[in-house]
Amino acid sequence: MSESMNSKLEDRRDFLKASALVAGVAVGPGVLFYGIAHSRSPEEGASSKQRWGMLIDTTKCAVGCNDCVTACNTENGLSGKTGEQDSQWIRKLNIKHLQTGVEHNLPMLCQHCENPPCVDVCPTGASMKRADGIVLVDRHICIGCRYCMMACPYKARSFVHEPLTEQNPEVPRGKGCVESCTFCVQRVDRDETPACVEACTASGHQAMLFGDLNNPESDIAKAMKTVATTEVRADLGLNTGVRYQGI
Amino acid sequence: MANNICLNQKECGKSTGFWLLLTLGGLVMLGTLSAFFFLEHHGHIKTGMTNQIVWGLPHVFAVFLIVAASGVLNVASIGSVFGKKMYKARARLSALLALTILSGGLAVLVLDLGRPDRLIVAMTYYNFKSIFALNMIFYNGFFAIVGLYLLTMMDRKLKPWYKPIGMLAFLWRLALTTATGSIFGFLVARAGYNSALYAPMFIIYSFAYGLACFIVVQAAMYKWNDIEIDEAVLCRLKNLLATFVAAALYFTAVLHLTNLYFAKQWDFERFLLSDGGIYTLLFWGGQVMLGGFLPLLLIFSPGARKQPAILLIAALLVIIGGHAQMYVTIVGGQAFPLDMFPGYAESSSFFDGVVHAYSPSVWEMMLAVGGIATTFLITTVAVRVLKFLPEDEIKDPSSTVGQH
Amino acid sequence: MARVVNQPGLGKGFRLAACLGAMALLAIPSMPVVAGVDLPKLEHAKGDKCVDEGGYIRRHHPELLKHHRDETMRKGIRTTKYSLKKCVECHAGSKTGSVAASKEDFCIACHSYAGVKLDCWDCHATKPGKRPSHQAAQPAVPSLMPSNGGSQ
Repeated sequence: MSESMNSKLEDRRDFLKASALVAGVAVGPGVLFYGIAHSRSPEEGASSKQRWGMLIDTTKCAVGCNDCVTACNTENGLSGKTGEQDSQWIRKLNIKHLQTGVEHNLPMLCQHCENPPCVDVCPTGASMKRADGIVLVDRHICIGCRYCMMACPYKARSFVHEPLTEQNPEVPRGKGCVESCTFCVQRVDRDETPACVEACTASGHQAMLFGDLNNPESDIAKAMKTVATTEVRADLGLNTGVRYQGI
Repeated sequence: MANNICLNQKECGKSTGFWLLLTLGGLVMLGTLSAFFFLEHHGHIKTGMTNQIVWGLPHVFAVFLIVAASGVLNVASIGSVFGKKMYKARARLSALLALTILSGGLAVLVLDLGRPDRLIVAMTYYNFKSIFALNMIFYNGFFAIVGLYLLTMMDRKLKPWYKPIGMLAFLWRLALTTATGSIFGFLVARAGYNSALYAPMFIIYSFAYGLACFIVVQAAMYKWNDIEIDEAVLCRLKNLLATFVAAALYFTAVLHLTNLYFAKQWDFERFLLSDGGIYTLLFWGGQVMLGGFLPLLLIFSPGARKQPAILLIAALLVIIGGHAQMYVTIVGGQAFPLDMFPGYAESSSFFDGVVHAYSPSVWEMMLAVGGIATTFLITTVAVRVLKFLPEDEIKDPSSTVGQH
Repeated sequence: MARVVNQPGLGKGFRLAACLGAMALLAIPSMPVVAGVDLPKLEHAKGDKCVDEGGYIRRHHPELLKHHRDETMRKGIRTTKYSLKKCVECHAGSKTGSVAASKEDFCIACHSYAGVKLDCWDCHATKPGKRPSHQAAQPAVPSLMPSNGGSQ
């Protein structure tokens, strides 16, 4: 990394600390938080200096708790129905080892790969990865061919099977396009954490940690330096942005 | 058959049969279009396709047609690239069918898109890393090259171009089928796909399906024009079909034997070859028996030399087997759940770890047959207005007018 | 050089008629009412004025919105001047609370008059959100911003 980049990161870090302090002091996070705690101005786009990631501690993820799923549905305007044709951006997955019988509980969502197969296969370029590593579907040019759903190793994508109304203004969704977890990009862009992470923290389980993998001072980078973490389907070499511990 | 059904206007002047066929094709097409508008309005919720089985019956029919389209051009290629006279007489019909069958296949693919209104986006935004985008370029190029190829066969002035364009068309169709097979071969995450074998295997499948389609259309045209196929021609075509069908069986065997050698693929192979219900049935009964061994048995049966009907039945069986193969490949490959955590049993609200169910609705069935209807309609009109009937010099030396 | 006007069959009278016809066609858009179809009556929007001059917006809003959508969607640039969400906040009708729920609503009124299909509302909300957009008018970020250069 170049000298100037390092110093820039230093600046950013100081700033993040300062804004965290401000946010911490504010009793009602909604009020004081906005307008001040921006790490980047609206004119500034997402930067490859950051890479957003998530660390999920499966030992803390509680059986029967569905708070992350509920929060996601509320934030993104999903119906919450779980039929074969309904969208699910995040789901609770139970896995049980066939020999030992050991069980793990974990939320499964878009893994925001560095080398996402969905982006590779998309014929129009609607499946895309933002500079900061967030994998998104540009619904403006999605033709609804569903090839990305064939390619995703995590079954993270859903196809909108019916016309929708009353969408969340910040999360446009509609019939005929493919969609998936966005890391709540609308929240991340104003320096909030994804809704699922917020809900998991609020529930007291603290199983989900969100942050910048490129920033060595971030909580997530520090945590990943000290514990063993797992990539799902690491054999595919996709370098996922979501990592699990405890499996 | 009576002479009142006749497809070549110049030769018999009557058109009852032509209008009958057009009406038949038109009615099916009407059903397809109404299904399309219905689904366009209500969304894919009215289909049997889900977030688990994302490609269904329309894709089975569409991919079959696309694969067959490149294969049907083989007849022309053997004529121009390898200089065989008997195939040259069939080159026009072969090239015409290549165009019409591809049109049918692509029509279904487009009508099934979530946003068919954005077809222009698919034609203007290209992600060149995507094999799907490359396929679109190959399809468009195929139309252009085969169109020119057909012109060189029909226009004496363009005759010098016949050979080079024939060669280009042959190479292009090999690339096209490689790309079509790779749509599946490149899906690294799924146990049913993820094999480089898909490219050559689809080429061999295309040889068999394409030739079978050609034989069926030729038989129909001969019947309607009261022409009997020459015995030597019959013999050549049946031996060629047998070779292709046997090669297709060989590739299928190699794919599954390779998988059986890889421990991580055992679960999938067990699913497909023995426990998969409808998919197992379609694999053994449809793809292998109906589409493989039975046609071979028929072709090599003692009566086949003299009986055009036997070749026709064998070709029809290959087409049926081809659809079974596409169903097994496309739907079966998705029905088997993704294995995200090897060694673990998975369960969730999103149908992880379970074999996914698929039952097509009547709407997607109507959509699926639209490809055949499209092909049928364009072919019928084309053979009516232009000369496509294969005529062998051996049979009637006076009918070589307009041939090369 | 041969001139087009010398072509046989195009008499003087014909040319005159053609010119008059063309002029009449050109004149039509400047007339207030065409063939009995009234111009759409648009409800007055919230706020004092639009983000740009009305005529400019009327003519260029497709490109402006498209440019903005790509900037926001693909690059994460979240300025608000030409944001569709902001349009909705000011232009939602007082009866329906929406820009596209009834024929009188802002977007539909004009688009049905012009006969131009739009598919924004297949996905985008036609009503303003419960909470206001997060950024106020620009510049949104006060001096607390770190000095991280002019990099995009």
